[in-house]
Amino acid sequence: MARPGAEGDSAAMMNSRRQHFSPIAHLGDATLRFVGDTGAMFLFLLESTGRIFSSLGQFRKTIQQIYFIGVKSLSVITLIGLFTGMVIGLQMHYALAKFGAEGFLGAAVALSLVRELGPVLTAIMITGRAGSSMTAEIGVMRISAQVDALRVMDINPIGYLVSPKLAASIICFPILTAFFDLVGMAGGYLTGVLLLGGNGGTYTYRIQAYMKLSDVTGGFIKSLVFAVVVCTVCCFMGYYTHTRRDAVGPEAVSQATTAGVVTSCILILLSDYILTSLLF
Amino acid sequence: MVHDETPDIRLEGLTIGYGKTAVVSGIDATLPGGKISVILGGSGCGKSTLLKNILMLNAPLAGRVMIGSHDLNKLDRRGKHCLRQRMGVLFQDGALLGSLSLGDNVALPMREHTRLDEKTIRERVLDKLALVGLEEFYDYYPNELSGGMRKRAGLARGMVMDPPLLFCDEPTSGLDPVTAVELDQLLLELKKSFNMTMVVVSHDLDSMRTIADHVIVLGAGKVLYNGTREELETTTDDYLRRFLDRRAEERTSPRLTMPALDYKVMKRDCSKYLGEG
Ligand SMILES: Nc1ncnc2c1ncn2[C@@H]1O[C@H](COP(=O)(O)OP(=O)(O)O)[C@@H](O)[C@H]1O
Ligand SMILES: [Mg+2]
Repeated sequence: MARPGAEGDSAAMMNSRRQHFSPIAHLGDATLRFVGDTGAMFLFLLESTGRIFSSLGQFRKTIQQIYFIGVKSLSVITLIGLFTGMVIGLQMHYALAKFGAEGFLGAAVALSLVRELGPVLTAIMITGRAGSSMTAEIGVMRISAQVDALRVMDINPIGYLVSPKLAASIICFPILTAFFDLVGMAGGYLTGVLLLGGNGGTYTYRIQAYMKLSDVTGGFIKSLVFAVVVCTVCCFMGYYTHTRRDAVGPEAVSQATTAGVVTSCILILLSDYILTSLLF
Repeated sequence: MVHDETPDIRLEGLTIGYGKTAVVSGIDATLPGGKISVILGGSGCGKSTLLKNILMLNAPLAGRVMIGSHDLNKLDRRGKHCLRQRMGVLFQDGALLGSLSLGDNVALPMREHTRLDEKTIRERVLDKLALVGLEEFYDYYPNELSGGMRKRAGLARGMVMDPPLLFCDEPTSGLDPVTAVELDQLLLELKKSFNMTMVVVSHDLDSMRTIADHVIVLGAGKVLYNGTREELETTTDDYLRRFLDRRAEERTSPRLTMPALDYKVMKRDCSKYLGEG
């Protein structure tokens, strides 16, 4: 994992560690690094948040990122949302039919989408589409001295590279999630009503009757948290590409990208569980 | 703008390196203000590392760098900002931002730090690009240019704020001889007209002879020479003389000991295809 501060002593340290390998030392080392990384990531988040409004130019860069993270993710979100809704419609219909409650299909589909699947699947999809490219872009800039160039021009690299992405993520994630939910409900309608012959009026009425405002705000809060998590983790991994111990050069960029996506997905699911138990 | 105050750069007991390994140790030198100092040395001897320490990108392992009266180790955030706005840098491979066009790259420091309007910025950028002979490439992206052009564009970006301090990492390597001479002339002109302090990293002897006022030679992990160019030319030190006369050391230079590779060992035999056999 990345470790800010150190610049290039990795090879020597790796050798000495290999010689004195012991499980306890390894565990201790991993724990220390985990704690260090978590702290560094938090500071990274603070710094990038603080620079979102640092200048007028940030606004234009944020718009560009919204186009990249939001608009360009629309087609894949539509596709995934539609199929997710359709398949939940199918499964729920099967389950509800067991006790003759097919009429509640609309509510079941809508609640599972809005409370759970919408925020989580949207976040995971954007991680794959936009998060990975954030890491790769910043990682390549790091290894080709472009980050250093920004620093000597007295342009804060975190403010220049990360803050617009963070702002754009915070704007895009909830909107894309809402879009995912909507398309998903339409997908549920497609299977439940058009294919399986349920009642269309009942489907939409039950959505309206059983959805509370707290369900919607809960999903909204989740998507905001995921936005911050995904953007911070992916940009952090890219920004500290040069301090990786497992690889150097272009390979470090690819390792950083993998680490960014995997860590983001784990943290999405972890924070989802925590948020669900706190929010609902 | 002609800079009236031209700070010296003093290196005091400086040891530079990465992690715990020192690359060059015990550097004591003064790079005089308003002059061109050339840092000379073979590749991998720590020239770029020294530059990174002066630019506050790396912290020294020991000792300190003074720019004017400012100790870089003791500088606070604000001091760093102010000093960096007085510095222009050309990195070894240009380090242009790949996602911006050449014009936007050069304009970047101006857009971030000045209140100038777009029209003025464009004029100034075109002017600087013309200085390095790239005004027609305003809308090109860095990956559409050759290495030498990227380097010249990097110089244009380094100069765009008319900084009193200019740092160039191997400005002429990878350029054709004509362009290299033109670039040297440009540096001399800048020094004369704007009274800039320049630090140029190089392993190009011709270029050094044209532009240098002060020379530092690095090698074998230490400073081999620190003084004016005139004195360097008359040095009697064995290593320096060989370096200046471009003579290889007789004993250690590698000799051809193996016969040329026989193509029969190739995994894929192309001799028939090429009509050789
Ligand atoms: N990031 C780094 N980590 C560790 N060692 C490095 C790093 N960059 C350069 N070095 C080492 O420092 C020495 C000097 O490199 P450098 O300053 O780039 O040489 P040059 O004089 O050619 O510019 C080289 O031996 C190189 O191996
Ligand atoms: Mg170098």
